[in-house]
Amino acid sequence: MKARIKITLKNGVLDPQGKAIQSALGSLGFSGVNDVRQGKYIEVELAENNEAAAKDAIERMCKDLLANTVIENYSYELVA
Amino acid sequence: MLRASVIVFPGSNCDRDVKVALERTVGANVSMVWHNDASVPASDIIVIPGGFSYGDYLRCGAMAAHSAIMRDVVAKAKAGTPVLGICNGFQIVTEAGLLPGVLMRNESLRFTCRDVHLKVEQTDTVFTNAYSKGQVIKVPIAHAEGNYFTSPETLARLEGEGRIVMRYCDRTGKIDQAANPNGALANIAGICDERRRVVAMMPHPERMYEEALGGSDGRGVFESAVGSLVG
Repeated sequence: MKARIKITLKNGVLDPQGKAIQSALGSLGFSGVNDVRQGKYIEVELAENNEAAAKDAIERMCKDLLANTVIENYSYELVA
Repeated sequence: MLRASVIVFPGSNCDRDVKVALERTVGANVSMVWHNDASVPASDIIVIPGGFSYGDYLRCGAMAAHSAIMRDVVAKAKAGTPVLGICNGFQIVTEAGLLPGVLMRNESLRFTCRDVHLKVEQTDTVFTNAYSKGQVIKVPIAHAEGNYFTSPETLARLEGEGRIVMRYCDRTGKIDQAANPNGALANIAGICDERRRVVAMMPHPERMYEEALGGSDGRGVFESAVGSLVG
């Protein structure tokens, strides 16, 4: 079973990298970009085939290491 | 004699500077402790030095915070051993949960390496008691992720409990945005825990401990540790 994990900055947390990307897009001529937020995408291959157990493991992985919940949110989907 | 342990991670690069600074300023007996070791030898203080532990993979300090040695560092800190985190060490102790908040990318997005001025606001911690309250010191910073951030509730708590140990200021001691090198909330350069035994700071006192280095304002951090020991 594979988990596709997305880690994003919480609302209200400044994202200077996103701002730099936004300004670079503007200087390339892409107009109308109102905001850019940068995040992370992580794929984890699990030996586990039980969905509930896999969810439980991914939750703990996100809380313990993959995301810093002071500034980041995480979400994920499990695919067979 | 002060017994100090300096934790060394793959990618630490200020570990030996800290060792030499501790030896030359206060004649400490310093053990270098590898990240894979299971325990820290008996020490009066533990220092987590600067650098790029684990190449800053995932987030600065995140991998180091979960290394084998950090389990023992956290246990010893909770049992009362003073811990000093410098630069990457600050990032590591926040990731390990010893101090609240997080160090984000500098507002400028740039790695910034220069001398800054700091106002020492709290002098009742293990690592700042050799300074006088409100003293302005000059110490260098060298980081790309020193932009301290935490929730408004935690910030209020840090302020209320007098746990903001140092703030960025100008040479006259004025604390404003012009003197803020990285965008840190409330100009925070260093904080401590409730017991004032875990202290972490972004600037590098080990790079400013004798005149040959351009100043000696950093040596107070190490002298404080001895002061606490005797006291």
